Amino acid sequence: MNMKKILASVRIALRALQINRLRSSLTMLGIIIGVAAVISMVAVGSGATARIQEQIASIGSNVIIVLSGSITSNGIRLGSGAAQTLSSDDAKAIASECPAVAAVAPAVRGSGQVVYGNNNWFTSFQGTTPDYLTIRDYTMQSGSAFTTQDVDGATKVALLGRTVADNLFGATDATGQVIRIKNVPFTVAGVLSAKGQSPTGQDQDDIILLPISTARKKVIGASQANANAVGTIMVQARGPQSMQEAELEVRELLRQRHHLQSQQDDDFTVRNLEEVFAAQETSAQVMSILLGAIASVSLLVGGIGIMNIMLVSVTERTREIGLRLAIGAKTKDILTQFLVEAVTLALLGGIAGIILGSAGSYLVSYIAKWNTLISPGAILLAFLFSALIGIFFGYYPARKAAMLDPIDALRYE
Amino acid sequence: MDHIIEIENLVKTYRVGDVTVQALRGVSLNIERGDFVAIMGPSGSGKSTLMNIFGCLDKPSSGTYRLDGVSAGELGRDELAEIRNRKIGFVFQQFNLLARTSALENVELPLVYTETPARERRERAMLALASVGLADRADHHPNQLSGGQQQRVAIARALVNRPQIILADEPTGALDSRTGIEIMAIFQQLNRAQGISTIVVTHEPDIAAYANRNIHFRDGRMVVDEHIGQPRQALEELAALPQEELVEAV
Repeated sequence: MNMKKILASVRIALRALQINRLRSSLTMLGIIIGVAAVISMVAVGSGATARIQEQIASIGSNVIIVLSGSITSNGIRLGSGAAQTLSSDDAKAIASECPAVAAVAPAVRGSGQVVYGNNNWFTSFQGTTPDYLTIRDYTMQSGSAFTTQDVDGATKVALLGRTVADNLFGATDATGQVIRIKNVPFTVAGVLSAKGQSPTGQDQDDIILLPISTARKKVIGASQANANAVGTIMVQARGPQSMQEAELEVRELLRQRHHLQSQQDDDFTVRNLEEVFAAQETSAQVMSILLGAIASVSLLVGGIGIMNIMLVSVTERTREIGLRLAIGAKTKDILTQFLVEAVTLALLGGIAGIILGSAGSYLVSYIAKWNTLISPGAILLAFLFSALIGIFFGYYPARKAAMLDPIDALRYE
Repeated sequence: MDHIIEIENLVKTYRVGDVTVQALRGVSLNIERGDFVAIMGPSGSGKSTLMNIFGCLDKPSSGTYRLDGVSAGELGRDELAEIRNRKIGFVFQQFNLLARTSALENVELPLVYTETPARERRERAMLALASVGLADRADHHPNQLSGGQQQRVAIARALVNRPQIILADEPTGALDSRTGIEIMAIFQQLNRAQGISTIVVTHEPDIAAYANRNIHFRDGRMVVDEHIGQPRQALEELAALPQEELVEAV
C-alpha cells in the first residue's frame, strides 16, 4: 500500500472518529494517560540514573583510591585509614612502576576552622599534589592551581572549594586574599569550580586543597612514625579498560614495597569507586524499568478500551460494512479501514500522551526539584508502542468486520 | 443469443437450526444482454435468494451460475468482490448511502476499491450524478436529500463503474408512487440508451409492468415467465402527470 492510500485511509478514519467525538476522546484518554505515565515515569527514572552517573563522573574518571590500613589485619578487623601505612614514596613508586597508571596523587586529610575577616567556617583540608586536580577532575573557577614548585617549597597557598569560598567571601572574589587555617595565614591561589554532591552525598565543594608539604608542616602535622605517611593515594588508570590491570599492579607493588608475605593480609585497601557506585546506578535503572512497567499496565488498559470501542463501532456500522462489501470492497480493504481507524485513535492518544507526559515531567522537575530526563528514544518508543497497541487491539475488531457476510450485514438492523 | 446471465438447475438450501429450508429448488433461466426483467413473487418465494446469487453475494448449493460468461460458483470471496465491483450495480430498497458523507463521495465509493486516481474518481462520479440529474446536489449529505433523490444518488453509485448489469431490490419500495415512476423512468432510460441489462425485484405488479419480461417465483420455483409486448413507459406517464417537479434526469 502506498503513502497516498494510507493518507486517504487516515483521512477517512479521522472523519469516522469525528462523528463520535466524545467517544473517541474518552477512548483516547486511556492511551493518553498510559503513554503520559510511561513517559513521565521513565523520565523520572532516567533522570535519577543520569544524576547518579553525573555524581560518579564527579569523582573523576577511572579513579582508584588506595587507603592506608586494611579492613582486617591478622584477623582483627580495623577500619581503613586506621594505620598510616602508605607514604609519599609509595605514590612515587606507583607512578613510575605501574604501566597501567596514568597519574598518582598522595593525599593527607585534616579538618579545622578557617577564618577570613569576621567570617569563619569549619571544613576539611586535603594536602596533595597538583595531579590531584587532574585525577579528581577539579577545574579552576578563578585564580590558578598550585604547582609542584609550591609542593617542593611548601608555600602557604590554598585552593578553596565553592562552598568554603561562599561562606568566607560571599560574592567577592577570594583569589589573592589571605585566610587563616588553624591560625596559619594562607594566600588563596584560586577557587575550584563547583562539583556538587558525591555519590555518597558529601559536598565535594566543602574542601580546601593545600600543597601536601605545607599541610604536613603547618596544618595537619606529620605523623611521628613516618614523616612521609599519607592517608590515601589517588590513582588514575590509563582508561576504563585498564582499571583492573592498574588495581592489580598497584596491589602487587604495594605488597612488595611493604614486604608482605603471601599469607599476610594487605595493610592497605584498594577501592575502585566506579565499581562501588555502579551498583547504585544499576538500582536506579531497575527502578526506572519498574516504574515504566507499572505505567505500561495503564497503557494496556487503554488498549483494551480501544478494542472495546472498535467492537462497538463495527457492530454499529454493520450495514455500512455490508454496503462496502457489496460494491466491491475486499477483505483487506475493510480490514485496513478499521485497523487504520484503531491505529489512528491510538496514535492520536499517543501523541497527546507524549505531550502530556513531557509537560508532566517538566512539572515534576520544577515542583519537586527532581532530575527528569526525556530521551528522544523514550518518545519514539512510546509512539511506536501506541501504534503497536492500535494494531494489536484493533486487529480483532477489524477482522470481525472484514469477515462479515455481506448479505447478513446489509440486512442488519 | 447473447446471455448476460445463465443459470442451470440452481438449488439453494439453508440450514436454520435443525430445519433445512429449500430457497431455490432447481431453477434454470437465461437473461439476455440488454433486457429489462422484473422478478416477482411473495416473500419466501426465493426471489431474494436468486438476486443474492445474481449479485455474487451468495453461492448456489448446486447448479451453475454464469455472469457475463464467467462461472461465479467457483470463485473466492475477493474474486466475487471484484466481479461485484466491476460488473454489477446494486440498488437497494433502503438506498444504503453512507450518512454524513456527501452525495459525490457516496457515488465515488465503488471507485475507491478499484484504486482509481482521486481526480478521475471525482470526474466520473460527477458524470454519474449528472446522469441522474443531481449534479447540483453533489455536496449534499443524504439527510439533506429527499427519498427519491437519495435513490437517484444510489443509482449514480451503481452506474459509476459502468456495470454490465443493474440489480435493483425493491428500488421503489420506500418511495411514493410518483417518485417510484421517476426511478423507473431512470432505469428505462439507462436500459435503452446505454443498453445496461436491468433486473428489478418487486412485489408491485405496477412496477413490474415497466419491464420487458416478468418472471414470477413461488416456493423456490419459477412459475411464470412472460414477455411484455407493451411495457409501460415511465417518461410518458410522468409527462401526463400534473407537473410537480421536473425530473432533470430525463
